[in-house]
Amino acid sequence: MAVITMREALNQAMREEMRRDEGVFLMGEEVAAYQGAYKVSKGLLEEFGDRRVVDSPITELGFAGLGVGAAMAGLRPIIEFMTFNFSILATDQIVNHAAKMRYMSGGQFKVPIVFRGPNGSAFQVSSQHSQALESWYAHFPGLKVVMPSTPADAKGLLKSAIRDDDPVIFLEQERMYGLKGEVPDGEDFLVPLGQADVKREGKDCTVVARSMTVPLALKAAEELEKQGVSVEVIDPRTIRPLDIETIVNSVKKTNRLVVAEESHAFCGVAAEISAQVMEHAFDYLDAPVKRLSGADAPMPYAKNLERLALPDVERIVKAVREVAYLE
Amino acid sequence: MATQVVMPKLSPTMEEGQLSRWLKNEGDKVSVGEPLAEIDTDKATMEAQALATGVLRKILVPAGETVPLGAVIAIIGEPDEDISGLVSEASSGAAQADNKERIEESVQGRAYGAPDELAQVVPGGERTQATVEGQPLKSDVGGTPAAPEAGAAGQNKSQDPPQPQQPQPTAADAGGNGQRAEGSRLIVSPIAARMAAEAGINLHDLRGSGPGGRIVKRDIEAAMSGAAAQPAAQPQAQPQTQEQPGTQLRAVPSPAQVPADGVAPYREENVTTMRATIARRLITSLGPIPHIFLTTEVEMDRAVEMRRQLNELDPENKVSINDFVIKVAAVALMRHPAVNASFQEKAVRYYERADVGVAVALENGLITPVVRSANTKSVGQISREVKELAERARNRKLAPDEYTGATFSVSNLGMFGVDEFTALINPPEAAILAVGAVTPRPVVREGQVVVRQIMRVTLSCDHRIVDGAAGAKFLQTLKKILENPLYLIT
Repeated sequence: MAVITMREALNQAMREEMRRDEGVFLMGEEVAAYQGAYKVSKGLLEEFGDRRVVDSPITELGFAGLGVGAAMAGLRPIIEFMTFNFSILATDQIVNHAAKMRYMSGGQFKVPIVFRGPNGSAFQVSSQHSQALESWYAHFPGLKVVMPSTPADAKGLLKSAIRDDDPVIFLEQERMYGLKGEVPDGEDFLVPLGQADVKREGKDCTVVARSMTVPLALKAAEELEKQGVSVEVIDPRTIRPLDIETIVNSVKKTNRLVVAEESHAFCGVAAEISAQVMEHAFDYLDAPVKRLSGADAPMPYAKNLERLALPDVERIVKAVREVAYLE
Repeated sequence: MATQVVMPKLSPTMEEGQLSRWLKNEGDKVSVGEPLAEIDTDKATMEAQALATGVLRKILVPAGETVPLGAVIAIIGEPDEDISGLVSEASSGAAQADNKERIEESVQGRAYGAPDELAQVVPGGERTQATVEGQPLKSDVGGTPAAPEAGAAGQNKSQDPPQPQQPQPTAADAGGNGQRAEGSRLIVSPIAARMAAEAGINLHDLRGSGPGGRIVKRDIEAAMSGAAAQPAAQPQAQPQTQEQPGTQLRAVPSPAQVPADGVAPYREENVTTMRATIARRLITSLGPIPHIFLTTEVEMDRAVEMRRQLNELDPENKVSINDFVIKVAAVALMRHPAVNASFQEKAVRYYERADVGVAVALENGLITPVVRSANTKSVGQISREVKELAERARNRKLAPDEYTGATFSVSNLGMFGVDEFTALINPPEAAILAVGAVTPRPVVREGQVVVRQIMRVTLSCDHRIVDGAAGAKFLQTLKKILENPLYLIT
């Protein structure tokens, strides 16, 4: 297995799928000539030409709509948002059209489209460019929402997303593009959507983390192991459909749950997981589910405040100790 | 039969409607489903349809006028029918409020959505009782309104918002639970509650270690293993001066290094399903404790001889046969934990030392002072202790902790010449040994009839814990040691 970065893994996934299916094309701001704002589309223009790697104008609603139309007409577009903060402009196309078309046409149209790009905080890009929008998109029936936390998952999940016949919101993380990890070789490597992954087994407390908080949770688990607390780390990988079964089974074993996320707590994914765990595993809980979310405030620009607004290893450790009644 | 036509509810939020235009004139024939009038609602202009067939006899609301929901707007009847009664009732306004409530109720009772509603028609002078969906009400004819009478008909409710149908919880209701909670409510995590229920642990016996005293998983785990852990935490050699105020008051004759008072350390094992069934069934046979009785004969010649020699050596402290029995029983108990136990419904408590209760007859009663850790004491020590305890028992000077908490009891009626008897178990102990007199009897040994000093003992067992075979094995050990007391020093 090769050790590559998340950026390279995503690039491989697109390249392999574009080779495999000529209906797959990439469109977005700076994806072609500039090779992507984060160089995820490096080399694709060269290999596939400007009919399949298309630089769009700065018109999120416009090119998202082109993508939806192309998908309805039988192509498999990958729409890159330079960041998901800009996808807010395109939500009419995503929510009102991509998500609903299959339903409203009585199944006559499918919309096999992937909207992808970085989501969540980066480094000092302040309030408007640091948002984690997964709960927005996960809210609506009709959209699948994917959030990888390792290069292998990124590759396997993106390939599955491109092959999926429904619209998929594929949320990357700018802080993680350089993250390295082993990725299985072979073009057939896929990670199915809707399947959580137990990143570490443990017995005293379950930590559900996604995207950026997964490596933090794993570090916290190492720290907690030294303190004699055994932590199970679960990455749902797909927010919609959510593999609640894996989470519930884990909670039935550990009796305690911490959900770590960088998005805001209110009406968020952690809130949803808490509710479902309460519904399915109430009798197994030893402590209230603890949410560890981004601060309930716009992201500050100042570095020190930015750090305080996001979950970190120390706070995950503390949260686990709290639900284990060790604090 | 004349019927009233009332202002229908044509949109979900409609409270009143403007009669935009009549599509029929007075005297026109109308049939069910025909448009009667156009009504401007808060949303759109809709048609009101007739729900009865006949002649439009009277228009009560002229075009351009706005009336509240439920107001009678026209009357349909036979051409020659007397409708004066209905007209005057309609003009009184009494009908409107009532109609409106019924319409509202009916609409609220439905799912959502606003299907085409037809004009409300009241047959036979009865006011309409419901908004209908698509179909005229067939059961209406001369029938009683189906919906309950709600509200006073005389009130003008046209401007009132619809009354809430569900009683709102009062502040008192909402607060009630909380108030109760603060005082006495047990706070326990769901998994802890579940584990406690499965293990038969009474949550009221526990103190929670979680926030606000919440009983959490680890408290249940501690309670489940605590029984076993406890004795480990109280080693046998613990000095007896600690904690027990009673200790100092008591002159213990032996310079005991023994741990003494309080509850003997024990370990608990969960009652198996089989054991629970045995317990449940047997308890129905004889009193709350299902007894079984096992009797054996013990050849006491060697013990009698040993006792004689001991008493020669130390005439100041003469030991009795019963002291031997206590000692030997205690030793045997350590080898047969089932007999040194206590049935605790969901668990069996196995004691790890033998605290032997010795039945002492009083003038008008009986008490069983306890020789603690009899398994670790010499016959001489036991003898001194029993004498002292019995003496104080007769003088009623025993402290409660001196006659409670035994793990097993011995009752001896030999001094009264009783050869053999059965004793009743002293709960929560699992067994009691009834000891008869030592008497010379003819017995057969190696084919010859010889005379031996024979003592009959009967063990009463709590069958919930001690099965016949387990009790018999205890008796075997007891018999073997009593018949060969040298085992005591091996």
